[in-house]
Amino acid sequence: MAIEVAHLTKIYKQTRAVDDISFSIARGSITGLLGGNGAGKTTTIAMIMGLVLPTSGRVTVLGHPMPRESEYVLGRMNFESPYVDMPMRLTVRQNLTIFGRLYAVRDLRGRIAQLADDLDLKEFIDRPNGKLSAGQKTRVALAKALINEPELLLLDEPTASLDPDTADWVRGHLEAYCRKHQATILLASHNMLEVERLCDRVIIMKRGRIEDDDSPEGIMARYNRATLEEVFLDVARGRAKEPAS
Amino acid sequence: MSEVALGGGISVNRIGAMILRYWYLLQSSWPRLLELLYWPALQVITWGFLQTYIAQNANFFARAGGTLIGAVILWDILFRGQLGFSISFLEEMWARNLGNLMMSPLKPIEFLFALTAMSLIRLAIGVLPMTLLALFLFHFNFYSLGLPLIAFFCNLIFTSWAVGIFVSGLVLRLGLGAESIVWTLMFALMPLACVYYPVHVLPVWLQYVSWSLPPTYVFEGMRALLIGHVFRTDLMLAALSINAVLLLASFAAFLALLRSARINGSLLAGGE
Repeated sequence: MAIEVAHLTKIYKQTRAVDDISFSIARGSITGLLGGNGAGKTTTIAMIMGLVLPTSGRVTVLGHPMPRESEYVLGRMNFESPYVDMPMRLTVRQNLTIFGRLYAVRDLRGRIAQLADDLDLKEFIDRPNGKLSAGQKTRVALAKALINEPELLLLDEPTASLDPDTADWVRGHLEAYCRKHQATILLASHNMLEVERLCDRVIIMKRGRIEDDDSPEGIMARYNRATLEEVFLDVARGRAKEPAS
Repeated sequence: MSEVALGGGISVNRIGAMILRYWYLLQSSWPRLLELLYWPALQVITWGFLQTYIAQNANFFARAGGTLIGAVILWDILFRGQLGFSISFLEEMWARNLGNLMMSPLKPIEFLFALTAMSLIRLAIGVLPMTLLALFLFHFNFYSLGLPLIAFFCNLIFTSWAVGIFVSGLVLRLGLGAESIVWTLMFALMPLACVYYPVHVLPVWLQYVSWSLPPTYVFEGMRALLIGHVFRTDLMLAALSINAVLLLASFAAFLALLRSARINGSLLAGGE
């Protein structure tokens, strides 16, 4: 398994952000974490990464308990999140050089050239990060997330604030990366089309708990809906799913 | 890239990567470079002229030539050493880059090593020109202090790192709302460390507090050297012992505050 989460709970003062959730994610799969604002998606991903300590429960990543054995894992995974940025004054090349060195990437120049090629960064690779458009910054953040060719990629809203064309392009690239490297992706998103297209499994969260967990087709069938967006609205508004036949 | 490791799995390559990151930043921003030079130069000029004026009008200060300028330069090593450390840390908070770093294989101890290296680099950029100004404008050769200067410098820089590590931990835990601590905490030590006057000027009860601070020993040692022409090894050893305790305590506090930040979720928030 790439990720194993058991009875994970996070309480901030009086707020129960994540409430006793358990799931496992197989290697080589793409799993979507769906849910409205405050559903607990970001906190769950942050606990998997070790950025937030759980109140109780266990997280195992690539066979190692987190965060106790994070040193065996952090070099084999990576992430992208709207909650972090890359240094604005540094150029794209400088940023990728720093992160490449932190991740001990072999043949770093070659890897940066390859990413510049794959993600179409060449035009602005020597421009400061702060002078890029939102779409360009997302591509750079994706390049940083892929610099170490991670076995596990955690993505929090990877296409938020992108135009449909760039968002589609990013999804295509993620699909290709996953196929080529047999990588595992856990993706938190509000974008139902994105989840339908990319994910072979969907975990729906609501108020810190897992509301449903199945393939996109299985979930849509259970709710008797044609799209995940309709399912999302049903879950958000508390409408019950169809009884299993 | 071949990995170079110190004991405990500490990677020289990762420390080097972080130093490179701050070096790129300094190179890309001339206001940051100018600021490193501006305040130390202003300090030494102001206090240098004051020293010149007092020396012309008071016998004691004529004999004790250089104590004020020497104190200004040593104080700046202490203050700029801590600022150099803490500002490099703040750059990560301002850039919202801390999450990226904490999720990378970079270890907290490697991060702190990189910050200490940056503190030395920023200090050199600010203080070396300051000492040259003191030499050319006021004929005070800071380097004529000789070998004792190494003892003074080491003790002051160790204290500055201890304060820098502790303050960075506080900002990590409390967010950028606590940023002002970075700029002000060292000034709370100034009257107690007896930078410009001897310890016996203080009330007796306050002298106990003063002697618990390593910089007090350095400034007393400097006055002993410039006025009495004696190098007080005992003072330097006492300062070194307290510094060792302070460094260990500040590192433990940083780890505790980092853990608290992970519990509190402030590594993701990163803001105020």
